[in-house]
Amino acid sequence: MTDPLITADTVPRIAPLFRFQWEEAQNCHVLLYPEGMVRLSGSAGEIMRRIDGKTPVAGLVADLSAAFPGADLEQDVYKFLEAAYGHGWLRSVAAG
Amino acid sequence: MVMAGSAPSLQGKPLWLLAELTYRCPLQCPYCSNPVEYTRYKDELDTDQWISVLRQARKLGAAQLGFSGGEPLVRQDLEILIAEARRLGYYTNLITSGVGMDEARVAAFKEAGLDHIQISFQASDEELNNYLGGTDSFAHKYEMARMVKKYDYPMVLNIVIHRQNIDQIEDIIRMTVDLDADYVELASTQYYGWSKLNAELLLPTREQLARAERIAHEYQDRMKGRMKILYVVPDYYETRPKACMNGWGAVFLTIAPDGAALPCHAARQLPGFDFPNVKDHAIDWIWHESPAFSRYRGFDWMQEPCRSCPDKTKDFGGCRCQAFMMTGDATNADPVCDKSSHHAQLVAEVDRMTAQPIEAVRARPLLFRNPKNSRALTPNEKA
Ligand code: SF4
Ligand code: SF4
Repeated sequence: MTDPLITADTVPRIAPLFRFQWEEAQNCHVLLYPEGMVRLSGSAGEIMRRIDGKTPVAGLVADLSAAFPGADLEQDVYKFLEAAYGHGWLRSVAAG
Repeated sequence: MVMAGSAPSLQGKPLWLLAELTYRCPLQCPYCSNPVEYTRYKDELDTDQWISVLRQARKLGAAQLGFSGGEPLVRQDLEILIAEARRLGYYTNLITSGVGMDEARVAAFKEAGLDHIQISFQASDEELNNYLGGTDSFAHKYEMARMVKKYDYPMVLNIVIHRQNIDQIEDIIRMTVDLDADYVELASTQYYGWSKLNAELLLPTREQLARAERIAHEYQDRMKGRMKILYVVPDYYETRPKACMNGWGAVFLTIAPDGAALPCHAARQLPGFDFPNVKDHAIDWIWHESPAFSRYRGFDWMQEPCRSCPDKTKDFGGCRCQAFMMTGDATNADPVCDKSSHHAQLVAEVDRMTAQPIEAVRARPLLFRNPKNSRALTPNEKA
């Protein structure tokens, strides 16, 4: 798998093997996959829960900036997305 | 089965629930890790009792759920249990031989919200597969593997590797390539229950292993990005034990078909235990307070060399069952560890078991896992 180039127009979705949900017992968002679980930090959870397979990266950034005014998030969002793609958590919805 | 990203502070929650729905199984694999005396446990939990187990464990923090057995497909209420599990928010895995599956059921599982199916094969050729499974199942398994994919599940295949099929490892991998599998688990036999009885006829030789490992690695490289191959070596040949269950009573909770709660699916063979049953106790009590689940938690129960060993936080002294089977005392270090005073004995035992030529091994009958053999081997029961 080659690293996809993430741009403002990229539309990410959660990869088929993974399920993203709020986990009460952990008090955090998690990603579940066969035989494993990843606990997500607060900011990672905030990004992930906005990923719906329709919103492009630019939209995610705009939405997060509105929710957390004053913070410069753009860099962090890209950094997290790159890592998430690297782990196989995300795929891109084909443009068209 | 590492919980990636899980912090040590999480210890104390039964994150992984293994629901062994039944000991009944249409196959008779001689490497089965079910207890030899499985016919003794007849009273399976009913649907409502299983639903209660799922709810209670979920409340305690369980997130991963495995339905296994025996053969879980034998349970006609499997669809109901899957639907409930999905509603509760579990990530639900079905661990099956594929026997008892058909398209209608796969469709029903999908509808009910099953996340993941793992199908096991005994071998790559029909004859050996059917011989090892004690049933003509090969063609059907093949079809079911394709069905799983058709319903948009990743295809996860598991093949238990041992002396009698390890030389076919290349054919086995080719079969999984032909089936277009996504994940392939080549798992060395673990010697508990039935497999322990057959260990002499199942443990591969060092030479066999070296060759198999080389081939597995070759295909790992070749299939990179298309198919993931997991190759698990038998720990009898290692010098450090596996971190069995991530520690006793740390993350794993197994509920046996009759409702017995176990810290690991092989623990039933340990003596001096009164494993609590979900029919009599709340899972909260079982997990947090029962003597059985506390017995080997943490490090206080350890003897030397584990007690003063820095690695105890990594491997928890290995497997309690293996320590018991080979040293007679479950609080000893797992003899796989070369710091154990029993390690030399394990090495000698392995040499003895693998000294016979393969022809001689093949000529000896395997003890198949079936009700007749189980009854004959269970004290106080008649065949
Ligand atoms: S290992 Fe074989 S006999 Fe044992 S439960 Fe699985 S399919 Fe059945
Ligand atoms: S002595 Fe015990 S704790 Fe240390 S490595 Fe061996 S099994 Fe693990």
